[in-house]
Formats: sequence, C-alpha cells, structure tokens
Amino acid sequence: MAILTYREALNRAMVEEMEKDPLIYLMGEEVGHYQGAYKVSQGMLDKFGEERVIDTPISENGFAGIGVGSAMVGLRPIIEFMTWNFSLVAIDQIINSAAKMNYMSGGQFPMPIVFRGAGGAGGRLAAQHSQAFESWYAHCPGLKVVCPATPKDAYGLLKSSIRDNNPTIFIESEVLYGSKGEVPEQEYTIPLGLGEIKRKGTDITLVTWSRALSFAEEAAIILEKEGISVEIVDLRSLRPLDENLIYESVKKTNRAVVVEEGWPVAGFGAQISHLIQKNVFSYLDHPVERVTQMDVPMSYAANLERMSLPSANRVADTIREMLR
Amino acid sequence: MVSSIPKDSQSVSELQEFYRQMVLIRKFEEAAAKAYSVGKIGGFLHLYIGQEAVGVGSIAALTPHDYIVSTYRDHGHALARGLHPNPLMAELFGKATGISKGNGGSMHFFDKNAHFMGGHGIVGGHISLAAGIAFASKYKKEDSVTICFFGEGAANIGSFHEGLNLAAIWKLPVVFICENNHYAMGTPEYRALAVKDVSIRAHAYDMARDHIEGDEVRKVRDHVKVAVERARRGEGPTLIEVSTYRFRGHSMSDPAKYRTKEELEAYKKKDPLMRARHELELGGIKPEELDKLEIEIQTQIDEAYQFAETSPEPPLSQLHKYVYAEDK
Ligand SMILES: Cc1ncc(C[n+]2csc(CCOP(=O)(O)OP(=O)(O)O)c2C)c(N)n1
Repeated sequence: MAILTYREALNRAMVEEMEKDPLIYLMGEEVGHYQGAYKVSQGMLDKFGEERVIDTPISENGFAGIGVGSAMVGLRPIIEFMTWNFSLVAIDQIINSAAKMNYMSGGQFPMPIVFRGAGGAGGRLAAQHSQAFESWYAHCPGLKVVCPATPKDAYGLLKSSIRDNNPTIFIESEVLYGSKGEVPEQEYTIPLGLGEIKRKGTDITLVTWSRALSFAEEAAIILEKEGISVEIVDLRSLRPLDENLIYESVKKTNRAVVVEEGWPVAGFGAQISHLIQKNVFSYLDHPVERVTQMDVPMSYAANLERMSLPSANRVADTIREMLR
Repeated sequence: MVSSIPKDSQSVSELQEFYRQMVLIRKFEEAAAKAYSVGKIGGFLHLYIGQEAVGVGSIAALTPHDYIVSTYRDHGHALARGLHPNPLMAELFGKATGISKGNGGSMHFFDKNAHFMGGHGIVGGHISLAAGIAFASKYKKEDSVTICFFGEGAANIGSFHEGLNLAAIWKLPVVFICENNHYAMGTPEYRALAVKDVSIRAHAYDMARDHIEGDEVRKVRDHVKVAVERARRGEGPTLIEVSTYRFRGHSMSDPAKYRTKEELEAYKKKDPLMRARHELELGGIKPEELDKLEIEIQTQIDEAYQFAETSPEPPLSQLHKYVYAEDK
C-alpha cells in the first residue's frame, strides 16, 4: 500500500483513466498551465497535452455547456469547477441540460460527464466561498452525487464516476486535499452507491459523508472513553444511496445521528432522517437527530466560523443527550 | 417584391424542394395549432409560421453528418432536417411513437441518427451546448459542422456571450444563426438590445458575421453555406443574423397584442412561401402543379395527425425509465 494524499489519489485516478481512453478530457479554469487551482491536475498537461487538458476562460456556464454538448456526441469530459461555489453560475447546464438530456430525449443521449472540484466549508473563506452544496445536486434526479472522505475512496469512486454513463457530481473536500491515507497499489474501483462502515459500534449510528466523517470519528474517540460505542456509516455517494447499510446499522444500534457540513433546511440529512423513520421506525429508541452547519451564511470571524460548523463536540453532545 | 427568377431547371427543382419543405412546415404547424386548440396537445406550443425560409435555407447548407441544435421553436428545424412528420406529431400528442418517446413534447424534439441534437427550453443555454458539439468534432478530428438556432432575445443572456467567446478562441466549427423575429415574447428588440444589429456582436469576439433578410430561402442557403464552409475549413465560427417574422404569437397562449395589425400585414406581404411560389411560377411551374403539391402535403399531414391520434400513450413503466442511462 502506498500512502497518498487525497489530491494525489484523485490525480492518479484521472491519469489512469485518461491513459486508457482517449475520449476523456479534463477542462476547467487553471487545470493546465497552472497545474490546477488546488493542484489536483498537477503534471497532467505535460502528460496529455493541451488538446486533452484544457484551460478555459472564467465562464462556468459556457464550459459546462461545452462539456455537455461534447458528451452528447460521445466524448467523456471531466469538467473541473475551481470550487463548487462557482458551479452555481453553471447550474443551468448541470440541471437543465446534463441531468435531463437522457430522459427528455427518450433515452437517446446518455451523458457520460463528471463535474468535479473543491467543495465544503471552512478555512475562514467567508460567506461566498464556504458552502456545501451536495444537497442541492442530490435533489435532482438524473444526477449522481459522490462525496469521498478518504484518499482510498476518492481514487476508487472517481474512476467509477468517469466510467459511468451518467452525469456525476463529484464533490471533493477542499479541507481534505492534503490529508493522507493508504491507497492500494493495484488498480481498483468502488461502485457508486456502496457505502462503508468506517467504524463498528453498538450504541449509536452516525451517518455521514465527506469531511464530516472526521467530526464523527473524533466524536467516536471521545465517547469511547465514556463507554459509548459508536458505529459510523460513510455513505460515500448520496445518489445512488446505500439505504440498506444505514438500516442494518440502525437495527443494531437503535439510534441514529446524521452529521453533515451543509445547512439543515431541506438538507440531505432530512432525507436520511425520513428514510430511517419510514423504514426502520420500530427499531428506533430515539428520534433521528442531525448535526449540521448552522442555518446562517458563513462568517469570516474565527470564533463564529467555529461555532457555525459541525464539530466533534457538537456530535458528542448530541449523542450524550440521546443516551441520557 | 424583387424576385430572383430561378435560371435553370436545376435551380427550379431545388426551389421546388424548398417550397415543399416550407409548405410541409406550415401545414404541420397549422394542424398542430388545431390540435392544441381542441386540447390534444398540451404545454407550450411555439409556432414557426413565417420563419420557414430560415430553417429550410440554413439546413439545406448542411450535409447529413453535420449537427443541428434548436430551441423550443423546433418543429420547423426538425422537418427541414427531413424528420418524418409522424413521430414529430406523435411527440406533440405525447405518444409512445413520438420522436422523444413522449418524454419531450413540443420543445424537446431529439433524433440522434439525424444529428438533430434537440430542441432546448432554456433561452440561450443551448448555445454553449452547440459549441460543445463542435468542440467534440474538432477533438475527434471529424469535419462535421454544428449550426445553432436562437432568437434575438437569447443574444442577451450570458450563455450566448460565453458560448461565442469559447467558440472563437478555440476556432470551433459552429455557425450561430440568430433568427431575429424582432420580439422576445412581448419584448420588442428596441427595448432589449443596446445595439439593434445582433450580428455586430460578432466583432466583440473577432468572429465572422453576416446579416440577411430571411424571406428568400435560396439566399439564406447561400449565405449559411459560406459560413458552414468556413467552419469546415477550420477557420472558426460565424454569427449570422437573419431578419424574419413570426406571424403568430410567441406561443399559442399569446394573442400578440403588443404589435400592430399594420406591422403584421406588412410582413405577411413578405411571406417566404408566397415569395417562393411566385418565383416558381416565374420559373415556369404551373399554379396547378403547385396546388397539387400542396394537396399532397396536406394528405401527408392528415396522416401524421391520424398516426399521432391513434398511437398509444407511453407505457406507465416508462415513467422511471431513462432517468439514468441503461448499463451497457
Ligand atoms: C433563461 C430563460 N428565461 C426566460 C425564459 C422564458 N422565455 C421563453 S421564450 C422567451 C423569449 C425568447 O425570445 P427569442 O430568444 O427572441 O426567441 P423567439 O421566441 O423569438 O424565437 C422567454 C422570455 C426561458 N425559457 N429561459
């Protein structure tokens, strides 16, 4: 096993896939000559040339549209958004064009496109640069939504996303790019829609994805010392969703908390909470709880940012309250 | 009316074919309007009546491996591409036999085999899709050209500017055809465009441009052909503005009270169908022959109507189909 950073794992996945399939190209702002705003595409321009690693002007709607149009005629674009905050300028192309092309054409136009880039909150980037948007995209049928939390998952899931014939929203955690983890040397993929138990436990289930996994893991360590055994379900993709993994865990622990970086109102945690209460209600000893970002735009002030974001302490407090 | 008389038998038969297509579009849409008014067609129905020479002339400049991207006003473009009226009418009726299997409706005709890359409903959004299709042609080193239709209203949205700029910097093989019918819904061009001549905007992108009247079908074809050939030679995109007029409202629900009767009558005198018919007669085609052609087309449209009406609705199992591509 090699130890790779999250960013290196993503880079390796793209490079390997592009080596295999000449129809795949990478496009976005600063992906080529600058080597990627977050250096995820480091070295790729040298390897593949300007025809396949394509710098764009600042025009998210335009180059997202280029990606969708080219996917209609068989190319397999990887479109990088510098961060998902700027994807909102392109959301028309993502939702009105990519997500619906196959459906509204009666199955004539599959859409093998990956939209990827940095997402999530934190780092004192303030209100316009610090947002988790997976709930927005998960809302929309026709899209697949993938949110890896570890280098190993990032590699295997990105490869599956690139090979998928559907539009995939691949949200990388900005905060995790430098994080390290073991990545098998041998090539592998992780199917979209397959979650993973990241920690086994018996008293409570934490359902989470992306960076919020770290809050869950930290909380589990704190609570272990208090004799509370936490199980952590990392969904890895929100669409498709590994529902059974959640249900099996809840049947065992009888309690669940959803931990996410996004806002609470109409957030994806609300959907999970609904599914648990609908499908394994009789196993529940407590209503499903949620730990989310506060229902406010992000503040720049360090103390307010800290207060706004979910944290291990908030997760631990929520769990203590539930077990009281 | 200054008429160009077709000079030889070849140009007569060419014009005759264009006339046939234009009459087909007009009669198709008249039938659609009728079906709409009795509730057989739902949703929006944007008619192309009055603009036929633009679609027919432009598409005549293409080869079968070129691509066409259209708007919600897509019936005329699809018929000009040679799609059969039956599956098009069936699509309007929401039937299983429709060109998009009933999932698309009036605004979303698609035919992959004919390289008819869809009618799209978000104003201007499809302009960068067209650039993307052209991008793929260049990437794959194929010599297909993409043409993209839109209205002058669409020329004000960001996607237009982003799409044109990207197409220009990468010299993509695409021809942008602005069908300026002078109204975006109820908004006349003078209230929406700082510079009235849309084609002037090409200068901002160092792009070739052209500006023509859209009532003479062969002229449209000739001008579009120049741009298509330029694109095919790798010399980049062109923005063409074609001045035209829609005789009906924006859609079937629009009585078009924002324009005067006089204005409409003035444009009706420039009806591209009348013009082509007149030229054919000058070229030696007998009126009876043209009447016969029109009757034949009416029969074809009646059949399409019948086909649409008697076709089954999509099976309910189709509701969840096509959300995601089927695994290979
Ligand atoms: C982004 C967007 N805004 C508004 C609309 C509603 N709308 C549909 S057609 C139209 C007018 C467009 O006019 P134009 O582009 O000139 O084309 P025309 O209908 O004249 O062919 C409007 C406002 C839309 N479909 N998409």
